[in-house]
Amino acid sequence: MVRETQLITALSPWDRVQLARQAGRPHTQAYIRGLCDEFVELHGDRMSGDDLALIGGLGRFRGRTVMIVGHQKGETTKENIERNFGMPRPRGYRKALRLMRQAEKFYVPVLSFIDTPGADPGLASEEGGQAFAIADSIFTMTDLATPIIAVVIGEGGSGGALAIGVADRVLMLENAIYSVASPEASAAILWKDTTRAPEAAASLRVNADDLLAFGLIDEVIREEPPAHEDPAHTITVVGDAIARHLAEIDEFWRPGTAGERVLLESRYAKYRAMGRWSDSTFMVPTNGNL
Amino acid sequence: MRELFRRQPRFTHQIAGEDDTRQSVPDDLWVKCPTCGELTYHKEHLRSLRVCQRCGHHFRLSAVERIDILADEDSFEEWDAEITTADPLDFTVEGESYLDKAAGTVIRTGIRESLLSGMIQIDGRSVATVVTDFAFMGASMGSVYGEKLARACERAVDESMPLLTISASGGARMQEGLFSLMQMAKTTAALTRIGNARLPHISLLTDPCYGGVTASYATVADVILAEPGALIGFAGPRVIEQITRQKLPPGFQTAEFLLEHGMIDLVVPRSNLVTTLSSLFDLYAGVRPVRRTSRRKLVESLDSTETVVPVGQLTGPATARRIDGA
Repeated sequence: MVRETQLITALSPWDRVQLARQAGRPHTQAYIRGLCDEFVELHGDRMSGDDLALIGGLGRFRGRTVMIVGHQKGETTKENIERNFGMPRPRGYRKALRLMRQAEKFYVPVLSFIDTPGADPGLASEEGGQAFAIADSIFTMTDLATPIIAVVIGEGGSGGALAIGVADRVLMLENAIYSVASPEASAAILWKDTTRAPEAAASLRVNADDLLAFGLIDEVIREEPPAHEDPAHTITVVGDAIARHLAEIDEFWRPGTAGERVLLESRYAKYRAMGRWSDSTFMVPTNGNL
Repeated sequence: MRELFRRQPRFTHQIAGEDDTRQSVPDDLWVKCPTCGELTYHKEHLRSLRVCQRCGHHFRLSAVERIDILADEDSFEEWDAEITTADPLDFTVEGESYLDKAAGTVIRTGIRESLLSGMIQIDGRSVATVVTDFAFMGASMGSVYGEKLARACERAVDESMPLLTISASGGARMQEGLFSLMQMAKTTAALTRIGNARLPHISLLTDPCYGGVTASYATVADVILAEPGALIGFAGPRVIEQITRQKLPPGFQTAEFLLEHGMIDLVVPRSNLVTTLSSLFDLYAGVRPVRRTSRRKLVESLDSTETVVPVGQLTGPATARRIDGA
C-alpha cells in the first residue's frame, strides 16, 4: 500500500494525462447513477437539437433536488462516435444554459461534471456559433443566483470545459487534468509539433495539485486507488466532497435573501482575483524609449 | 450627413519607440495590398485608414493606430499601464523564458502588453475603451489582459461611461496555462457590472479574432460590430481542416459569414466606424434616465422617481442578462 502511494506521487504530468483519459474511468452518467437515487434526463436546447456529448437533468442527491450538467464520453468506440468523444456542439452548451437558468428559477444547486477534450471544432459548430454559445454560458454562470459546484472528473479541455465550469467551488480529482488547451493542441501552437504533448503537459501545469497551489481550483479529491480501478469508491468520495461544499454554502445562502448577494459577490471576487502580473516597470529598456 | 473622412489618421501618439517599423515607414514607400496587389503610396494608404481603395481590404491596425482613428484629438488617457507580464508557471521553451520573450516583444512593438486600456472621447463623449494589439504575441489573453479589462469595466461603472472593446486575438496565452483560461471567466464576469449599471458594451471584432477571446467577453455585448473581411471564429481554419478533414466553404468565418448566420449586428467599414459608434453611444445615452452619475446615484435617483424603472429590476441577474445577453 505504501509502495502504491509512492508510485502515484511519482507520476509524471503525462502519466496523469493518460490516467485522465483511461478507459474504464467513470464518466458523468456513472456519477449520476452512483449519486442520485432518482434522475430524469432533460433533452434539447429548444432551438436546434439535442447533444449527446453534454447531458443534463434533475436528480435527487442525498435528499435534495439538484440540476446536473456534464460532458459525456462514450464507453465504447461506437458510443464515443455517437457522443462525439465528449466534445459538445453549440446546442449542447445552449441546453446546459437552459437547464442552469431553470436551476436558478427553482433555487436548486447546479452540479457540473467536467470531462471533455474540448468543444467540437467542426464546420457546423462554427456556423452554429460555438464561441457565442460558450461565452453566453460563461456569462450566465458568473451571475447565476444559485450555488454551483463543478468537479473535473477527467479531462478539463479549454473553453469547452470552462463553459460549464464557472462555479462557487471547483473540485478536481487527483488524476484529472485541466488545461488552457489540450496538451496536443498546446504543443501544436507552441512548437507546431503534436508529438511534444508530454512536454507541453509538464510546462503548462495541468495537474490538480499545481492548480490548487495556484488558487485556480478549490480542492483536490484524492484517488486511492486511481478512479478506473475502483469507480464505485471514487464516486462515493466525490459525492462526500460535493455534499460537504453544499453544506458550507448552505450556511450563508438562502434563496431570496441577502445570502444570495453574498453568493454572487463571493463568486465574482474569486474569479476577479485570478491572474498574476507585475506592477513594476521591470521591462522598460534602458535606452529610455518607453 | 457627416463627412466620412473628416478624421485624418494622425499616428502621432508615441508610446512606441521611434524605431518601430509600423510607425516609421519612410514616406517614399509603396504599400502593396495582399488581396488585389494594388500599390498605394504610403501617405495615401494612411489617409485611407489603411484600407485598400481598390478592393476594400482592411489592413490590420496596431492598438495605437486604432485609438488614433477613433479618438478625438489628444483625448486618449491611458489606464493601468504599469501592469506588466509576470511568469506564474516559470515557463521556459527552448531555453527562452517567457519573460525574456515578453521583454523582447515589448522592445519590438513599443507597447507593454497585448491590451491597451483607457478613456477616449468619440465626438466629445467619454468612452472606456480597450484595444488589443496583434503584434504583441498574437494579442493573446493572459493575466495582464484580463486584469486591465476587468479594471476598465469597474472604472467605466464608477465613472458611468459606456464600454467599447476592440478585439483581435489568437486566443488564450499558452505560457500562462490555466491562468489564461480563467481570464475568460474573469473578463466576462466584469461585464455583469457593466450590464447591472445599465451601461452599454459595444464590441468591435477585428481581424483575426479566435479562441478564448471570441468565446468570452468579446461576444457578450449589446452590439457586436466587425470590420469587413475580418476572420472571426472559435477554432482556426487549419485546426478544423486537420481534425475534421472537412473542406471549408469560401468566405468561411469572415465577418460577412457571421452576419449571414445571425451572430453579429453589423459589418462596418473602417471609414464609417466613428459615425456608427457615435450614433450608437448617442442612442444608448438616450435610453438612460440619468447620465454621468455613479451607479449609486443612479439607483437613488431611480428610487425617487419610481415610474422610470423599479429599483428591484436594476440589480437582478436575469435583468442583466436581458441587457447583455449575446
